Amino acid sequence: MRQRIRLFSPFEIAWHWSQSLLIIGMLTTGFELHGTYRGLGYAEAATVHVTCALALMVVWVFAIFWHVATGEWRQYVPTTDKLWAVLRFYAGGIFRGEPHPFCPSRRRKHNPLQRFAYLIFNAVISPAIWITGLIYLTFNLFGDVLPVPLAPVATVHIATAYATLVFLIGHVYMITTGDTVFQHLKAMIIGYEAVETGPGPSNGGPPCDTESERPDGRIRTGR
Amino acid sequence: MLWLLAAATLPRAAGAEEGQLPAPTPAQDISTADHSKFEELQGEFDSGREVTKACLECHTEAGHQVRQSIHWTWDYTHPDTGQQLGKRHVLNNFCTNVRTNEPRCTSCHTGYGWEDASFDFSNDTRVDCLVCHDTTGTYHKAPKDAGRVLETATTVHGKPLTPPDLGKVARNVGPPDVASCGSCHFNGGGGNGSKHGDLDSSLIDAPRSLDVHMSPEGGDMACQDCHVASGHELAGGRYDMTARDMQGTGKPGMRRQAATCESCHGVDAHDDGSYVARTLNQHSDRVACQTCHIPEIARGGVQTKTWWDWSKAGRLAEDGSRIHETNADGRISYWTRWGEIEWREDYIPSYAWFDGDMRYTEATDKIDPESVVAINSFAGGPEDADARIWPFKIMRGKQPYDAKRDRLVLMHLFGQDDTAYWKNLDWQPAIETAMATEGLPFSGEVGFVGTKMYWPITHMVAPADQAVGCADCHSEDSRLAGLNSFYMPGRDAPAWLDRIGGLAVLATLAGVLGHAALRAFFRHRRRAR
Repeated sequence: MRQRIRLFSPFEIAWHWSQSLLIIGMLTTGFELHGTYRGLGYAEAATVHVTCALALMVVWVFAIFWHVATGEWRQYVPTTDKLWAVLRFYAGGIFRGEPHPFCPSRRRKHNPLQRFAYLIFNAVISPAIWITGLIYLTFNLFGDVLPVPLAPVATVHIATAYATLVFLIGHVYMITTGDTVFQHLKAMIIGYEAVETGPGPSNGGPPCDTESERPDGRIRTGR
Repeated sequence: MLWLLAAATLPRAAGAEEGQLPAPTPAQDISTADHSKFEELQGEFDSGREVTKACLECHTEAGHQVRQSIHWTWDYTHPDTGQQLGKRHVLNNFCTNVRTNEPRCTSCHTGYGWEDASFDFSNDTRVDCLVCHDTTGTYHKAPKDAGRVLETATTVHGKPLTPPDLGKVARNVGPPDVASCGSCHFNGGGGNGSKHGDLDSSLIDAPRSLDVHMSPEGGDMACQDCHVASGHELAGGRYDMTARDMQGTGKPGMRRQAATCESCHGVDAHDDGSYVARTLNQHSDRVACQTCHIPEIARGGVQTKTWWDWSKAGRLAEDGSRIHETNADGRISYWTRWGEIEWREDYIPSYAWFDGDMRYTEATDKIDPESVVAINSFAGGPEDADARIWPFKIMRGKQPYDAKRDRLVLMHLFGQDDTAYWKNLDWQPAIETAMATEGLPFSGEVGFVGTKMYWPITHMVAPADQAVGCADCHSEDSRLAGLNSFYMPGRDAPAWLDRIGGLAVLATLAGVLGHAALRAFFRHRRRAR
C-alpha cells in the first residue's frame, strides 16, 4: 500500500531552493573570479558573488534557528544503521532492480548515506567556504592590524568550492535514483513523497515507519 | 530582504550616466588688470630681458620668486635621501647631462643666457616671464642659444618657428595654458613626446578619451589646476612624489599645494555606493589611481622613445655623410649623432611598488657594467606604508661609461668646439671635456653599458569607462604578473589546486555518468526479458 507522507515542510522547501539557487550562483561567479572562464565580467561576477553570499548568510541564520528550534538537526546525526545496505544497493542492487533498503519517514528523512553526505556538506564544506569567504570579504577592514596571509585563506576557499561542485554533481545525480527519475525532485518541490507502508510491501522493500506520521502531514517536533 | 541586499550591492544604474557628465569647470582666472593698457608695455622691445625689466616694475617680487623655483634653479635637494638632484645634476639615458651642453639644453630654461657654469642665477632680469605667460602662441626661444628669444626664423623638430613680436606678446600675457607648459615639457629628450610617455602635443585640445581632465570636452583644465602654484612654486615633480596620499582633499584652510589625484578626488573617489565602488576604494590604499585610470602609455597618437642606443652612434654612409633614418611614423630611428632609437605608442605600462622617493645613480657611484644599470630607482612593497603600485614607462638604452672606473659619465655633445661629439663624433674627448668641466675623474676608457630609467606615468587620465578592468590584473595573464610579493585573487591560486579540483570534478562526473549508463543498460536488459 502506498501512502503519501509529508517529508519536507514549506520552510525546508524554501530553504533548500533558495540555498541551492544562491550556491549555484556563487559557484558560477566564483569560478569566473577564479579565472576558470569568462562570462559576466569580473566586476559583475564579484557583485553577484558577494550579493549571493550576503543573502546566503541571511538564509543560514533562519535555517540554523529552524534546525535548533525544531530539533531537526538530529536528521544529520550520522548512523551506520543500514549504511552498508544502502551502499550495497547503489553499488549493485540498483542495477538489478532491487528495492531501496531504506524507507524515508518524518523521523528519518535521509538514508544513512545522505546523512553522512549532508553532514559533511553542512558541517565541513559550508563552514570552511563561508569562514574563508568572510575573511576575504572583510580583509580590508582588519588587514592592516591583523595581517592574515591571504594565500591559505584563498586556497581553502577554492578547494571547498571544488568540493561543493563535487557535492552538487553527486547530489543532482542521486536525486534521479528514485523509483522514477523525478520522484525525489518532486518530493523536494511539493514536500510529499509516496512510500510503501504496511506489511508485505508489494515491491519487496522494507516496511516503512509511518507511525510517527500525522494524517494531516504536519510536522511533529521535539523527539 | 534579498531584493534589499541586491539593491545595496549592485551598481546604481545612474552611475554610468554620471560618469559621462563633464567635470566641473574650474573657476576662470579673471584678471583685474589688462596688460594691453599698461604704459610700460607699449612700443617695441629689443630683447626678452627688456620685457622682463618692464614686468618687474609692477611685479616686484616675481623675479625673486621664480629664482627660488626649480624651473630656474634646475637644482633640488631630496629631503629624504639628501641627494642633490635637478636637471643641473642628474644623469639620464637620453642626452644624459646638461653640463657642457647648456646652450642647447637651456633653451628650455626659464631664463636668458645660461651659457655655462658662469651664469648669474641671482639676476632677476635674466628671468624669462614670457615662456610661461605668453598667450599668443607666437613666443619662441631660440633652440640653441641658451634660452634667448628666437631672432631668426628656423625649424625645430620639423616645426617652422618665426621670431616673436615681443611688444605684442608682452601686452597679451596671462596664465599659462597647456601649450605654454608643453613648449618645454612635451619636447624634452629630443622631440615631441620623446621623454615622458604621458606628455606630448596631443594634450593640446585633447579629445575627452585621451585626457578627461584637460580636454575641452572634459574638465577643460590647465596644468596648474593640479600643479597648484603659489609664489611661482608649483606642486608636483618626479623626484619626491606622494605615491600614497591618504590625506585627501584640501578644504579651505587646509593644504592646497598638492598635485595628487586624492587632493581633488579624496581617498574614496568611487562613490556610487555599489559593491564594486567600495571594493575599488579599498584598492586605493595599495594601487595608485594612475594604475587603473591610465590604461596605456602614449595614447594620443604621438610616439615616445623607449630605446636609445648611443653605442651605435657615429656610423657614416659610404660617401662619408651622416645618416638620418626615420620609422614609418616619421620618427628618427637612426641618426649618426644619436645612434639607434626605438619608439612606441599605445602600450601597457610596467608596474612597480613605488614609495615616491626617486634615487639617482650619480656619476660618482660605482656601477656593475654586466647588469642593466638603473638610472633611477626606488623602494616599495606591500608592507610599505608610503608605497602603492604605480605605472611606469621604462626608458632603456646603452650609454657611455668609464670602462676602467665603472662609473657613468657625462658627455659633451653640443657645440662647435674640437671635442663636442655631435661635431667630431669622437667619444673619448667629448667625455673628457664633460667630466673635466664637472670636476670628475675619467680614465679615458670608453665602454657602453645598458641602462634603464623609470618614468612614473600620471598624465593622460582616461574617462572612467576606459579604466583598466578587474580581470586585466586579476587573471593568469595579469598586468601585474611581475609583482609576486602578495596574493592576488584570480592570479595566484596554486596550479595543483586546479589540477586536483578539476580531477575530482571530472571523476565525479565520470562516476555518475557511468552509474547512469549502467542503470539504463540493466533496466533495458531487464525489460527485454
